[in-house]
Amino acid sequence: MRITPMKAFRAAAALGFFAFGLPVMAQPDPAKAPAQPPSAIAPAPSTDAEPPKHVSWSFNGPFGTYDRGALQRGFQVYKEVCSACHSLSLVAIRTLAERGGPEFTEPQVTAIAAGYKVPADPDQQGKTVDASGQPLTRAGTPADYFPPPFPNEKAARAAMNGALPPDLSLIVKAREGHEDYVYSILTSFGPPPPNLKMAPGMNYNPIFPGRQIAMPPPLSNGSVTYADGTPNTVDQEARDVVTFLSWASEPKMEERKRTGFNVMIFLIGFTTLLYFSYRRVWHGHH
Amino acid sequence: MHGPTYTPKSGISRWLDSRLPILRFAHEHLSSYPTPRNLNVWYTFGGILSFFLGVQIATGIVLAMHYTPDSRLAFDSVEHIMRDVNSGWMLRYLHSNGASMFFLAVYIHMFRGLYYGSYKAPREMIWILGVVLYVLMMATAFLGYTLPWGQMSFWGATVITNFFSAFDALIPGLGTAVVTWLWGGFGVDNATLHRFFSLHYLLPFAIAGVVVLHIWALHVPGNNNPLGIDLKGPQDTVPFHPYYTVKDLFYLSCFVILYAYLVFFNPNLLGHPINYAPANPIQTPEDIVPEWYFLPFYAILRSIPDKLIGVLALFASLITLFFVSWLDTSPVRSARFRPIYKQFFWILVADTIILGYVGSRPVDAFLFNTPIPLVWLGRISTLYYFLHFWLIMPLVGVIETPKPLPDSIAKSVLATTPAQ
Amino acid sequence: MAHSQSDEPTRRDFLYVATVVVGGVGAAAGLIPLIDQMNPSADVLALASIEIDLSPIQPGQSVVFTWRSHPLFVRRRTPEEIAAAKAVKLEDLLDPLARNASLPENAPATDENRIKPRAGAAKPEWLVAVGVCTHLGCTPEASTPRSRQGDYGGWLCHCHGSQYDIAGRVRVGPAPRNLDVPIFAYLSDTRIKVG
Repeated sequence: MRITPMKAFRAAAALGFFAFGLPVMAQPDPAKAPAQPPSAIAPAPSTDAEPPKHVSWSFNGPFGTYDRGALQRGFQVYKEVCSACHSLSLVAIRTLAERGGPEFTEPQVTAIAAGYKVPADPDQQGKTVDASGQPLTRAGTPADYFPPPFPNEKAARAAMNGALPPDLSLIVKAREGHEDYVYSILTSFGPPPPNLKMAPGMNYNPIFPGRQIAMPPPLSNGSVTYADGTPNTVDQEARDVVTFLSWASEPKMEERKRTGFNVMIFLIGFTTLLYFSYRRVWHGHH
Repeated sequence: MHGPTYTPKSGISRWLDSRLPILRFAHEHLSSYPTPRNLNVWYTFGGILSFFLGVQIATGIVLAMHYTPDSRLAFDSVEHIMRDVNSGWMLRYLHSNGASMFFLAVYIHMFRGLYYGSYKAPREMIWILGVVLYVLMMATAFLGYTLPWGQMSFWGATVITNFFSAFDALIPGLGTAVVTWLWGGFGVDNATLHRFFSLHYLLPFAIAGVVVLHIWALHVPGNNNPLGIDLKGPQDTVPFHPYYTVKDLFYLSCFVILYAYLVFFNPNLLGHPINYAPANPIQTPEDIVPEWYFLPFYAILRSIPDKLIGVLALFASLITLFFVSWLDTSPVRSARFRPIYKQFFWILVADTIILGYVGSRPVDAFLFNTPIPLVWLGRISTLYYFLHFWLIMPLVGVIETPKPLPDSIAKSVLATTPAQ
Repeated sequence: MAHSQSDEPTRRDFLYVATVVVGGVGAAAGLIPLIDQMNPSADVLALASIEIDLSPIQPGQSVVFTWRSHPLFVRRRTPEEIAAAKAVKLEDLLDPLARNASLPENAPATDENRIKPRAGAAKPEWLVAVGVCTHLGCTPEASTPRSRQGDYGGWLCHCHGSQYDIAGRVRVGPAPRNLDVPIFAYLSDTRIKVG
């Protein structure tokens, strides 16, 4: 059988339709209610979440990489602002030095680790608390994982009026809209519309499902002071911390895209060789 | 069906041939095997499926070296694979996207069978074994999806295992007993995860065994072909090697390009973000949706308001496939020569895609921006699905006038080949 | 195939050979991750070195740490014990080699060689040795004033009776070798890094 351009196109279209059309249709888009009939009373404000703002990121696209400066600044934002409430328990401190990440130096990472207190092993008498009843701690090492701000879920909820700040190790992958969503949450706090009744202790955020979020706006202009002199606006801080959190969710992204590029080159080459072998084998037999 | 006989050339191969003729067997079934010369691209998906079974088993075995099937440790063990295990991220993405590619290939393979009448006599057993393979694949995929113990893993398992509680409406207490037995407890929990892991490791080898039977059943009558007519002689065939080995490899390579795009550039496109959140038995996610390859059946289940009948409809939609060989009454195999059946075939394809779309949306959603509730679209599509197999297939075979069939494959091939 | 071998075999064969070779290279490259995944993962490698705080350890005390999945003995020896270890003649030892990873293979098992770190001055007080009996891998038990284990003041392995002295050298078999001394270094007077 000859592979004509038309047949190849049809095959590719069919495959593409199945491979891309199906999952695209399977993506839940933001629920859109059908048009409401006009009403004499002022309509209740929508509690459906707005779609996130679309922002371009250095790591988007098949050749995108994480901006090192953004990763380091973003780590600073996480450390100085977010880690008060949010754990990062799946990230080992040593990964701050890994290729494709913030790429701090080994001495820097050892120093960062030593700044944390982690639970210590029981002492020689088998005790896990010191004389005043506090749990034994030791200085962190790079092999340790970032210690959580609260020892368990109940302690976190007690400190946060019943809300549980989620662990941030995978937050960018675990939310629809990914980095755009997290960025939009951080930059969309504002006063609620006049006729929206806010529950006690909640904050208005049009990006969050239901539009009321327990977290108060975490970022403000000047929340952190960047050593490299980058302006510390809310927008900049949000971009930096979202870049850092994207890396935390997917530390192997750069390696993945690099490997993918090489694999694609190989596959396109191999497929071409196979195509010509196929033509040669079948010459005259179609 | 036999091609040129195998003659062992070296001393070792003669020794082996008289004791365990495995090389002879490979030669007869994979090399000299006479295959119709007019097989097109849609016939390459059997080979593609075998490749992906191998990929899933290989990646699965190495993943199992690092995964812990305990509900307290499973989620973190998967992240350990993603972050710490050498090439772990790649193995994980190969396995999760491999499952999607496996199902994409199986759907193309099944629709090819429906189009060209590959299920018709004398190939009924091949089709039946194929449906068995499809059901085993669905079970394996469902079990595998629970293992990361994310929110969707947990809640999907809860919903699917709860199907069986519908049987309480038949015999009081039966459904609950079955579900408790499945769970090993009072809900999906640690016991469930352990047994799901054990079964997920087991079933692919059952699949491999049934694949052997499937190919054995195929090699008794030999391959069907796009014309749907029987072989008239050796001029209608070519040896499997090198003609179809090279053709299968070429199309496999094209398919693998798509696979590589997903694995390396968009590995989470077909998944659900919420499965990156650890399972929480106390908090249900906004939408519980299965993986894309289950969506049509999910839509069928949800289109029926009664719990028991919805579950029975789901099972019926699968059981229907076993009867296809007898539901189609046409003496002609290939839809190329069946103008009416061909139209209904494409409507079925569209119907399954529509069902898939309906299954992906919340139950109370509407069709895009229109006021049409999706549940009605789902019901119409479910009705069509059953009508297609139980009413249209038998009727069309009887009332349709097929186009005249060509005399032989060789004649048909020569007619379309430009003069050399 | 309809065409005979004389029909441009070079070009046709080259294409097939090239395809097979490229395919083979691809298959081999694809096999590498499947094999490499069994090598130690990043979290295991991170624990390949540990730092130990020596300050809580008293003279005469022997403490067991975990290093690379094995027990690690750290012993603070008294002046008498150091003198006794130095006094042992090499000819009396079952295994005359130092077995210290920081030294060459043939270094003799003097007490000085047993306590040597990777670089810098040694501190005779401290013995660091891997706590795995060189017979079949059990963990020997340390001899203390309260509980004497064996006749050499070091360790006794309860599995088959091997005895080690205060420098971790085997004195009674069936163990064939002295306890291994890993690579270690003093980060300060009270802190060592092992591995």
